[in-house]
Amino acid sequence: MRLGEIVTAGVLALLSIYLMYEASKNGVGYTVGKGPQGGFWPFWLGMGMLISTGFITLNWVRRVSPPSRSEEPVLDAFGIRTLILVGGGIIGFVALIDIVSMYGAVALFMLYYLKLLGRHSWTVTLPMVLVFPLALFFFFEGVMQITMPSGMSFTDPVYNVLYNIIY
Amino acid sequence: MEILSLLGDGMLVALQPLNLMLILIGVSLGLFIGAMPGLGSVNGVAILLPITFLVPPGSAIIFLAAIYYGAMYGGAISSITLGIPGASTAVATTFDGRPLAMKGMARLALVAAAVGSFVGGTVSNVLFSFLAPLLATVALSFGPPEIFALMLLAFATFVGLGGDDIPKTVFSICFGLVLATVGFDQISGAPRLILFDMTGFLGGISFLVLAIGVYGIGEMLWTIESTRGEITKSEADISVKGIIEDTGTSVKKGWKGMSIGSFLGFFVGILPAAGATPASLMSYAVTKMVSKNPEQFGQGHVGGVAAPEAGNNSASTGSMLPMLTLGIPGSPTTAILLGGMVIWGLTPGPRLFVEQSDFVWGLIGSFYISNFFALLVNLTFIPLFIWMLRMPFTILAPLIFVLSIVGGYAAMQDMFDIWLLLAFGFGAFFLRKFDYPLAPAVLAIVLGPIAEPTLRQSLLLSSGDPSIFFTRPIAAPIMLVAIILLLLPALKFLRRGKSSRAA
Repeated sequence: MRLGEIVTAGVLALLSIYLMYEASKNGVGYTVGKGPQGGFWPFWLGMGMLISTGFITLNWVRRVSPPSRSEEPVLDAFGIRTLILVGGGIIGFVALIDIVSMYGAVALFMLYYLKLLGRHSWTVTLPMVLVFPLALFFFFEGVMQITMPSGMSFTDPVYNVLYNIIY
Repeated sequence: MEILSLLGDGMLVALQPLNLMLILIGVSLGLFIGAMPGLGSVNGVAILLPITFLVPPGSAIIFLAAIYYGAMYGGAISSITLGIPGASTAVATTFDGRPLAMKGMARLALVAAAVGSFVGGTVSNVLFSFLAPLLATVALSFGPPEIFALMLLAFATFVGLGGDDIPKTVFSICFGLVLATVGFDQISGAPRLILFDMTGFLGGISFLVLAIGVYGIGEMLWTIESTRGEITKSEADISVKGIIEDTGTSVKKGWKGMSIGSFLGFFVGILPAAGATPASLMSYAVTKMVSKNPEQFGQGHVGGVAAPEAGNNSASTGSMLPMLTLGIPGSPTTAILLGGMVIWGLTPGPRLFVEQSDFVWGLIGSFYISNFFALLVNLTFIPLFIWMLRMPFTILAPLIFVLSIVGGYAAMQDMFDIWLLLAFGFGAFFLRKFDYPLAPAVLAIVLGPIAEPTLRQSLLLSSGDPSIFFTRPIAAPIMLVAIILLLLPALKFLRRGKSSRAA
């Protein structure tokens, strides 16, 4: 954790400098009689972020904050596994939206999480996988009139059936 | 006395069968729309606006106001049960609502939110009925310097929210404020902070992308990882007796928060450009500040749920005031209501109270009735929301992830924002591990779009002279209080240093 804390502070300091650089493109000055330019506010806030990371580093040196005193790893084997299986699953879900549609991706993600990660029985998994995306479809497309991504053309027959129900 | 008779007539109008039915449908719909992450009152009112052309204008606005009320009650539900603030108005409710639910006291949190909302709604209705014209004049005297001073006060009260690690809290606030500036510069119209030249940033970063990323993805990943998958689900029992008992507990423990939220919320609500979100955040912060046990806030304090809920409901009613009396909307939702009124041929402004007295008092009467029914409908549905919490976590977790992504897309309609939401989620997971408080960043991205333009407008007004904030009679005292509050942590730090040296 101790190493992680200083690495995080360093990354955040770099982020602050990058944000200040981007803000400086809009002018960070203060025109007398007119007030601040467009980049003034974000530039000085970026400076605030940078100064804060300086104090965070100072606290790290003095071992004030709990993470700066901890010798535990940031992520142990369980943490890495969780991040890969759960976090990776969410990334896969979002990546699938443009291919199998929002509702298709919801169904596949639910199947993955409930069956593979949760180890639930098929009697729990299947109704959730089928009913939940359908309920979302009728709420968003039917009641709220919000269109979600429909994926690639192979999903059209399913959408045609569903749209016939709501329109 | 004349007001009482007008109000009585107004209530009779609201109790007509058609209007009563619309109120019931409106609050129920609003409750579910508000409870859905990513959707708030503004979505509900905007989407259902066309439907209202089927009924007379008086009934139409009553229906929309009922949706507004329902959504304000509903926003707390996802904050408490799922830990995701469904709308910006419910961000503050997450701070104590979620810890209460995790301790198995979800029912108490939901009841406290409902009772707080009811009290806030009722107090604001009374204030609205009797002080409308007077308060409209006061609100008009708030210009950009006063609003900026108020925003600074809000930030000053938040500095204490993140715990003791002041540098990390300040980092979080500055980061949220910078994120709020991404997109087009509101004053000059020039593109600004288009990070890595990605066009997706041209539209700016919505608070929802950050809030859902932090709470829906980051916080959930952190919970799963830190509890080693052994999550104890929230065990709250569902009984009418329990709900009645919790109502008593909410009033007993949360009365101070409810009172602060009701009055402060109403006043912040009537200010143009402020609205229910700053109102709820300020109500929370002030309640925490005056509490005898401020350290209990954030751990699951009933007052921490009741105050923001009273505040946001009170502000919702308050924001109707400048809309009706001056034709200035106080929030995005009232802006849509205003649009509706214009389409229906009603001209908001000082003459409305004289020329369309039946309409105005019918609407005010409906506020009272909607508020009452929103409480009843909300309390009725509490068992359903609790039942959701009883699901095994391996079912609840994917549901929360899905609602975060689907709700985020529904609000933003852009896949770029969904990828950004994921990036914030994973970033939040790591920052959370190193004790960075993330709530201040979410608060800052919400208030940033109000704070920066008002600062720059003020300086344009004064030809660049910052003394404008210290010479105006309303702005000056607010600025002074804000500066004192901002300096408090430094003073505490110095005092602690001195006492440790003495020891």
